[in-house]
Amino acid sequence: MDLTWYLSLSAVLFSIGVLGVLLRRNAIIVFLSIELMLNAVNLSLVGFAQDFGDVHGHILVFFVMSVAAAEAAVGLAIVIAMFRNTLTLNIDEINLFRG
Amino acid sequence: METKALVQIILLLPLFGAAINGMMGLFWPAWRSQEKLIGGLALAAVAVPFAVTCALFFGFDTGHGDADHAAGEIVRYFTWLQAGSLSVDFAYQIDQLSLLMTMIITGVGSLIHLYSIGYMHGDKGYWRFFPYLNLFIFAMLNLVLAANLPVLFLGWEGVGLCSYLLIGFWYTDLKNSAAANKAFIVNRVGDFAFLLAMFIIFQTVTSAPGFSGTFGLDFATLLAPETLALFEGSTGLWVALLLFIGATGKSAQIPLFVWLPDAMAGPTPVSALIHAATMVTSGLYLLARLSLLVLDQPGAMVVVAVVGALTAIMAATVAITQNDIKKVLAYSTVSQLGYMFLAAGVGAFFVAIFHVMTHAFFKACLFLGSGSVIHSMHHVEHELEHKGLIPSTHGPKPHDSEAAQNTLRHNPLPYDGPFDAQDMRTMGGLKKYMPSTRWTFLLSTLAIAGIPPLSGFFSKDEILFFAFKFGYDGNPLFFAVWFVGILTALLTAIYMTRCYLLTFEGKPRWPAAMDVKPHESPWTMTGPLWVLAGLAVFAGFLGMPPAVTETFGLPESWIHHWLGAEYGGPVAEIKHEIKPSKGIEWLLLGVGSLIAAGGVALAWVFFRFGERGPEADGSVRKLMGIFYTPASKKWGWDEAYDAAVVKPVVEGSRKGLGPFDKNIVDGAVTGLAQSVRGLAGVLRGAQTGVVQTYAAALVLGVVVVVALMLLV
Repeated sequence: MDLTWYLSLSAVLFSIGVLGVLLRRNAIIVFLSIELMLNAVNLSLVGFAQDFGDVHGHILVFFVMSVAAAEAAVGLAIVIAMFRNTLTLNIDEINLFRG
Repeated sequence: METKALVQIILLLPLFGAAINGMMGLFWPAWRSQEKLIGGLALAAVAVPFAVTCALFFGFDTGHGDADHAAGEIVRYFTWLQAGSLSVDFAYQIDQLSLLMTMIITGVGSLIHLYSIGYMHGDKGYWRFFPYLNLFIFAMLNLVLAANLPVLFLGWEGVGLCSYLLIGFWYTDLKNSAAANKAFIVNRVGDFAFLLAMFIIFQTVTSAPGFSGTFGLDFATLLAPETLALFEGSTGLWVALLLFIGATGKSAQIPLFVWLPDAMAGPTPVSALIHAATMVTSGLYLLARLSLLVLDQPGAMVVVAVVGALTAIMAATVAITQNDIKKVLAYSTVSQLGYMFLAAGVGAFFVAIFHVMTHAFFKACLFLGSGSVIHSMHHVEHELEHKGLIPSTHGPKPHDSEAAQNTLRHNPLPYDGPFDAQDMRTMGGLKKYMPSTRWTFLLSTLAIAGIPPLSGFFSKDEILFFAFKFGYDGNPLFFAVWFVGILTALLTAIYMTRCYLLTFEGKPRWPAAMDVKPHESPWTMTGPLWVLAGLAVFAGFLGMPPAVTETFGLPESWIHHWLGAEYGGPVAEIKHEIKPSKGIEWLLLGVGSLIAAGGVALAWVFFRFGERGPEADGSVRKLMGIFYTPASKKWGWDEAYDAAVVKPVVEGSRKGLGPFDKNIVDGAVTGLAQSVRGLAGVLRGAQTGVVQTYAAALVLGVVVVVALMLLV
């Protein structure tokens, strides 16, 4: 299949993820959007790998997935800790670092 | 051992003594209570150099003993400063003058260290006191042994520092710290003049035609005839005058003497060692060392002689009005220093050094005697406080204050104000309780008064004779100087006898004198007194005038032979064409003895052989006439300095520099801070604390960067 399709899908997914991060207020949804962005990138990576016949793209995807897993664990822990303290998941209300 | 090693011992032992005692006391508090150890160490650090100095002194080879062969040697250790044509060595000059001064410093210094062991016993600052004293000895030895002006200046500043530390020794009393500051600041004025003199000397020598190589302001080069030739005329005059101003600071002459009376705030052994016997004579030593240079400037010599004479009489008139025993001795010291400068001004530098020596003996003895008296009067004060007879200054108030009031009503203090252990009006009759102190004090009093044949008679009379000789040679101004000297001699005899009579004779005047008795000081204090009194009695025979020696067929004046340039010594003197005959010389000797004896007798009559106390001051007042009141106000010097220097500085700071500092300097600093703060107030709006704002900025940034990459 043509590479353009893969990249278009990847771009659409990434844009949805960006919009989700920027616009949603729920911390967990924001989190999910970040995962979406990561996977959009993964998709473009495997697309390129297949197109160029280069295995490096596949390997890099494994790295991204493992880092994303670790990040998810830490991130969810932070979200839980935050919720316990503030009893809210609305990130508009969480502005401890306001100058 | 060779001289180099011996000089090293002399110089370094006091320094090590100061370092060891100081460091141990500073870092190991348990050391501080080891009084015997500290005192013994400090004493040894001065006594051993004294022994070494004796060996050098008595083994000194005067060589040919004529003008063409200067004796002495210079020991060099290392080069201290080197820059361009300046190259200063750490070098010391061992000759007759420096050895004699070293003998006085280490000898009197050892005695005063021994005395201090007794005097400072029990003081909380005991461990601080001895390092300071050792350090002073080190600095003073640097001063007199130096072979060039920079090393001398090192010692000069060192003694100033030690003097400051010791005047402010009991620094918890603000009065003492103020006195220490005063001494330091006034001395700085003189030091500045000294520095200027050194600059001029260096500039003159190095810019002379034909100069090549380096110059280290060493005396050997400076006093060589070809160098001295450069200083003829106004350059030499300025150098001599600036050196003299430097000397007036350290040696307490008009107009910079004001610090010395206040310096009595320090412990009494310090007053004896630093502010009477050694440090204050260093200005005079400087002039004697550079006598060849100064002698070429008749204008400067006149200034020195006149200032010396004025200081002598001014301080003597003040001394006669004082009631504080140490103040009397302080003004007496200023007066005697005036005599020494008078001697230097009439070109008799060796006589000036002779008077330095005799004065070191009798004045140190007098100061230590007064210290012994103060020591026992403190004991009286404590007894009186203990019995509740005077209000306590330290402890709680006595319970039966009514009884104290009654006692004071019957036995009042002879003046208003609290009990003062230094006030002679509370003393009287001490001879019964303190025989050793009394006899040594009496001997020294007679010596300073100039009673023949004690030491003060010979040194003072020689000074006056040289002044007279100058006048006789056709300079009438010096007859006036001579007359002022004679008048001062009379005043000296009166005020010293008054001081002795008020302190030791008559009836005790402190409250409850029947019950509270003072006691003689321990041997560590009376021992040095006796040694110094002995020296004060006999030292005069080292410098008998020619009239006496020739008439009795005695060997000529030792001090003249030892120091005089014509015998190979380092100290030059003036030569006169017309000399007074031997008859006149004898006449002057007679006048001098009569004046001294007359002064003593007069004071004795005023005070009815000591039967009358302070009330007899009325007679002194009558004798002094209109001069008494201004003299008792110390001629208003302090007030004048206050009005001329202190007030303008304080007011100027308050009115000019204060607002400048507050508005302009502080304004610039706070203004800068405020503008930074204002800018930050604007910028901080960007930091909302909401994560999504930051993410949006991030995305926006990416978009801009990508757009730029695509478009440009």
